[in-house]
Amino acid sequence: MKIDSRAYLVPPAASTGAVALLVATRKGAFTLKSDPARRAWKIAGPMFFGHTVHHMVLDPRDRRTLLVAARTGHLGPTVYRSTDFGKNWKEATKPPAFPKVPEGQKGRVVDHTFWLTPGHPSEPNAWYAGTSPQGLFRSEDGGDTWVPVAGFNDHPMYTKWTGGEQDGTPDGPKMHSVIVDPRNARHLYVGMSSGGVFESVDKGADWKPLNAGCRADFRPDPLPEYGHDPHCVKIHPLAPGILYQQNHCGIYRMERSTGKWVRIGENMPKKIGDIGFPIVLHPRDPKTVWVFPMDGTSVWPRTSPGGKPAAYVTRNAGKTWQRQDAGLPARQGWFTVKRQAMSCDAHDPVGLYFGTTGGEIWASRNEGAKWTCIARYLPEIYAVEAAGPR
Amino acid sequence: MKVLIPDPLRSYTDERRQVEADGATLGEVLADLDRRFPGIRFRMIDEQDALRRHIRIFVNGEQVRSLDVPLAGSDEVFIVQALSGG
Repeated sequence: MKIDSRAYLVPPAASTGAVALLVATRKGAFTLKSDPARRAWKIAGPMFFGHTVHHMVLDPRDRRTLLVAARTGHLGPTVYRSTDFGKNWKEATKPPAFPKVPEGQKGRVVDHTFWLTPGHPSEPNAWYAGTSPQGLFRSEDGGDTWVPVAGFNDHPMYTKWTGGEQDGTPDGPKMHSVIVDPRNARHLYVGMSSGGVFESVDKGADWKPLNAGCRADFRPDPLPEYGHDPHCVKIHPLAPGILYQQNHCGIYRMERSTGKWVRIGENMPKKIGDIGFPIVLHPRDPKTVWVFPMDGTSVWPRTSPGGKPAAYVTRNAGKTWQRQDAGLPARQGWFTVKRQAMSCDAHDPVGLYFGTTGGEIWASRNEGAKWTCIARYLPEIYAVEAAGPR
Repeated sequence: MKVLIPDPLRSYTDERRQVEADGATLGEVLADLDRRFPGIRFRMIDEQDALRRHIRIFVNGEQVRSLDVPLAGSDEVFIVQALSGG
């Protein structure tokens, strides 16, 4: 595989227009649109009211098409698509589904589509979806029909890599963090909870674990080849040779040329630790990264350590971290921020956003220096994606 | 034959509670239902042709569990939707 060897791609100019937050919740989807200054926000919704919406994503290639992964507690999973930024919706003709197996065999069933990723800019109608249980699916018609990526789903190592139904999150084992290398449409990564990080250099035909250096403290062998629990994995859009992940066992960074994860969370304050769900990368500076720590001690409350919510930022690729809690509750703030529920825009300074399981959305116009609550009383928030629609 | 649709699936049937579908088995009736109301079948039946966990189907008042059960034109198919989650 040939990958563009440039370490840094050309950075685009910072965004200046209105920001739209695409909010997926346990009871439907909402949008929050800002003015260009990002001071005032207007909420709209709910859409798909009563549906469990795991992810709502804008296609950056046309900045109009939205895809939504939805199900209800009692109906099967599906995908909805809008080509006019949510004015009209159409259900996928063929949502992600595993192949039917012959009579007498136990076949896999998609419980829900968890993650949506737009394809490479050179493939305008391509999308990827990650499901629970772990499955990778691809659409080549803008999300209308989906086919399994057999190279992963039927890989001879699939069962060993993914484990059983109990080897996942309480809501079912998941494929997430489906990543397309901006330099090469054939170069893909996925994360699995559980399973670990995996890489394909041939558009999904074959896969290899990419977990060297990453711990899995919950296993008998703490440094296995696979079986890890990455919570969220990101590739830097301008320096695609650099990956970051917030893992069940810490915060890690990898220079892909080394093939080894380095735990940069060791440099977090010891009383805070380096456990969390989301990780957010600065759109222009590959050394700037945000996390939102949670309590991963004892029985894993998964809430803000000490009831004092804060983001932490590093400006030097994880060597040092600074606390960012201005505007957030100083006490009795037991936030849980899920892996898809924190994101950033591309303005200068960057705007940061996160949603809590308690239904609040917090925003910062200045890279985390000061936080403001811009929505509350929403249902449990699963995902917040910052987007710049046309 | 007559097919009764539960509330959560009526977005597929223009909010109609009762629709018509044809077929010699329950599987064929559900396939015909999906032709008339695209997408409705997958919300009830998974990709391995099993009824989803909270769906029940009754034919003339008797619960059926197989898509192979034979049906006649005079039969009434009643789709029941349990509610789950909080």
